[in-house]
Amino acid sequence: MQVQMFRRKKDLIVRLKGELDHHTAITFRRAVETELKKDTIQNLVLNMQNLTFMDSSGIGAILGRYKQVKAKGGRIVICGLNKYNKKILEIGGLLKIIPVSSSERQALKNL
Amino acid sequence: MNYMTLEVPAKSENESFVRVVVAAFAARLDPTLEEINEVKTAVSEAVTNCILHAYENEQGLIKVKAYLKKNKLSVEIHDTGKGIEDIAQAREPLYTDKPELERSGMGFTIMENFMDELIVESLPREGTVIKMSKVLGKIVENSC
Repeated sequence: MQVQMFRRKKDLIVRLKGELDHHTAITFRRAVETELKKDTIQNLVLNMQNLTFMDSSGIGAILGRYKQVKAKGGRIVICGLNKYNKKILEIGGLLKIIPVSSSERQALKNL
Repeated sequence: MNYMTLEVPAKSENESFVRVVVAAFAARLDPTLEEINEVKTAVSEAVTNCILHAYENEQGLIKVKAYLKKNKLSVEIHDTGKGIEDIAQAREPLYTDKPELERSGMGFTIMENFMDELIVESLPREGTVIKMSKVLGKIVENSC
């Protein structure tokens, strides 16, 4: 899985490409956790448009980043959901706590 | 009736491989994309459980068996790992005994949601078998 990261002011934009499972969640966690620790970063936009697979390991990894962002008083928004990814997030209860935007641009606006 | 068996070491790099193999085996039932994604996800959960919980990241073998009968796919995931002391507790949504690894505790819940049937058999210190099945696609009389 590829993790592309961009910073815009205090927002970290993370674009995931490929599969998010137990094996690749480690990569995701390491890359994003390190960036989120920086004082220059407050919020997280998670773009899942190019994610072709996700299981509960992904739920755990996203929840971990949610807690990290919340601990620093920031906000997290998810975008690029398809029907399949949305269902996984729904089962995992994440849709109750993380807002979803229709696009990356909308997500940044919502922050 | 058709069947396949696959044996892989309990390594996380094999998670993707196993789910793709089961999906490929089920392809002849002409499942929808949604059904295939659901089967892959359920299989991925079971395989991940073997690696993380059955063998706790130590060495071990995962045996995968799949059967096709009419339009029903049945999958069995076998391990000879540490087994589950309390199956009912393990199947509870959000329950995990490894919160430090950022586990969501939703593995069994996802298997239950995405498959038609889920049976968990386990003996502590001997191993666990996950049996799940799903009816796929449509019965088409003249297809082969």
